[in-house]
Formats: sequence, structure tokens, C-alpha cells
Amino acid sequence: MIVLNGQRSELRAGETVAAALACLQLTPDARGVAVAVDGEVVPRSTWETFALGEGARVEVLTAMQGG
Amino acid sequence: MALSAPHHTAADTDELILAGRTLHSRLLLGTGGFPSLELMAAAIAVSGSELVTVALRRIDPAARGSLLDVLAEAGVQLLPNTAGCHTARDAVLTAKLAREAFATDWIKLEVIGDEDTLLPDAPELLRAAEELVADGFVVLPYTTDDPVLARRLQDVGCAAVMPLGAPIGSGMGIRNPYNLALLRDAVDVPVVLDAGIGTASDAALAMELGCDAVMAASAIARAEDPVRMARAMRAAVEAGRLARTAGRIPRRLYATASTLEEGRAEFFG
Repeated sequence: MIVLNGQRSELRAGETVAAALACLQLTPDARGVAVAVDGEVVPRSTWETFALGEGARVEVLTAMQGG
Repeated sequence: MALSAPHHTAADTDELILAGRTLHSRLLLGTGGFPSLELMAAAIAVSGSELVTVALRRIDPAARGSLLDVLAEAGVQLLPNTAGCHTARDAVLTAKLAREAFATDWIKLEVIGDEDTLLPDAPELLRAAEELVADGFVVLPYTTDDPVLARRLQDVGCAAVMPLGAPIGSGMGIRNPYNLALLRDAVDVPVVLDAGIGTASDAALAMELGCDAVMAASAIARAEDPVRMARAMRAAVEAGRLARTAGRIPRRLYATASTLEEGRAEFFG
């Protein structure tokens, strides 16, 4: 089970960060987006290769009004 | 008699250098709280601000935001913040994600220590600042008005300090102008008044006390007419800066006549 932005997702271990992005209707060229997996930044350059482990917590963040 | 040109005061070309970047406006804007992106864009345009904050939050696939497009259109530099972070660890990770998302190493560092007052957590703030500076970030920390903490933040390499005048969003103005004046003297880096501004006179006072810039968020965004308030803040920051650089008269308890005593008529014996 993979947790995507705080929700249980359909993703399975072994799928990539790019697959997680696709669940959110995002492509790897999405602008203004950053990804953390288990509290570590996953650089954009590795989104298509970074494989998610079982129980991974994926956070996909973008700009919001604030401050 | 030769008259000096009245339009060429020092403050007319009075740019702010912040981490090597030249800013022509001494007003920073927060983007939170505007009723619409249109009003936000109009307020930014009227304010003249060149540096505006954005937060980092989970993406909502339903609400494909055009916030970044609007800000790009406005031609402003993004200043991502770490709003909502309560630990150095969270703040450092958020800063790194912001760098990844927005391709900027500038970060407005906020580490909150209390839910009700949203006051900064000093030890966590200092720890996060040190770590981020070491990682190459341009760190602008939201801090209390404590002059000693401000100096410690400067010492670990922060590019500026952003003291509060009062709690975030409180609109209470500058509750301790004496501390702010002490803080101003305690550091060499730019001082940007961050929180507490409620109306234009608060911004002017901050500048008169020697702040290099003022950050306004709720005061503009949540005003009844945000665009009009943006104009007011711009004018206030400019007025306060002019007054500061003009050098005000000292305060005196008793009157000092503004008209010469000499040559006064004596009408009766």
C-alpha cells in the first residue's frame, strides 16, 4: 500500500514517482511541483525511475496562496 | 539664489539590496487571503512589489491553480515560505521542496512554536536557519522582535531578518517599537518587518524606526478593498522611508518656537 498525499492509493510497490504523479493527472513535465517520498526530496530528474517501496508515503506539493 | 532640485532626494534612487538582488520597492507582499486571483494580481501591480510569498501545499487535482501563471505574468520574484512548519526538520524539507518546485534558493523561513499566537520557535528557527544556509539557501527568517535572536540569525548567515510587529494576521501594528529600534541597531543585514501590520500608519512607523522593508499580507489581502489598501501601503512605505532618511526632529517636552523672537514688535510701553 502506498500513501499518496495522505490517502491510500491504488499504487503498488515498485511503481514509480511518475506513476504517482499520473494518479494526480500530472505529467513529469508539470511546472511548480515537488515530490517527497518518506521525508526525502525526490528530484525531478529521477521521477521516472524512482521506485516506491511498500508503505511509502508520497507527498506531491505545489504553490498555494500564502504568507 | 541657487535652488537645489527638490525632486532628487536620496530616497528617489533608494534601492534595497537584498542578498545581492536590487529591489526598487521596499514592500513585500503575501499572496494568502485574497478573495480572488484577479484581486491579488491587481493588488500586486498597484503595490509595486517585486517579491511575493507563496506557500507549498498538497496539489489538488480538481483545482488546477493558475497562481504561478498569474505571478509570472506579474513579473515578480517568488519567495516560498515554510508556513505551517513546527520543527526545523519539517521546515528544512519544505525549503528543499520549494527549491525543487520553484527553482529558487530563497526561502522565507517560518518555524511556528505555538498554535494560537503563531509565534516563532526560536531554537528550532535558529537550527533550521543554520542548516539551510549551509545548504546554500538565501534564508529570510520570520523571527520575534528579540534583538539577540536577530543577531544570532545574522551570525549563522541569514540574508535578512524578518521580525514581527505583532502576531501574524492580528493587525495589531508594532507593539514594541523600542525593541524594533534595538533590533535595527543590533544587526547589519536588512530588517524586513513581517507580521502585525494592520494599516498604512503601521507600515510607515516600521520604516521610520529603520526597517529596510515591510512585508504585508493579511493587511492588504483581507482589507475590504485590497487594491486600495495596496496603494496605501505603497505610499506609507515610501513616506516612512523618506521620513527616516530625512532625519526627524528630536522629541521635546516643551515648545520650541518656529518663528524667530528677534524683530518682534513691542506695542505697549
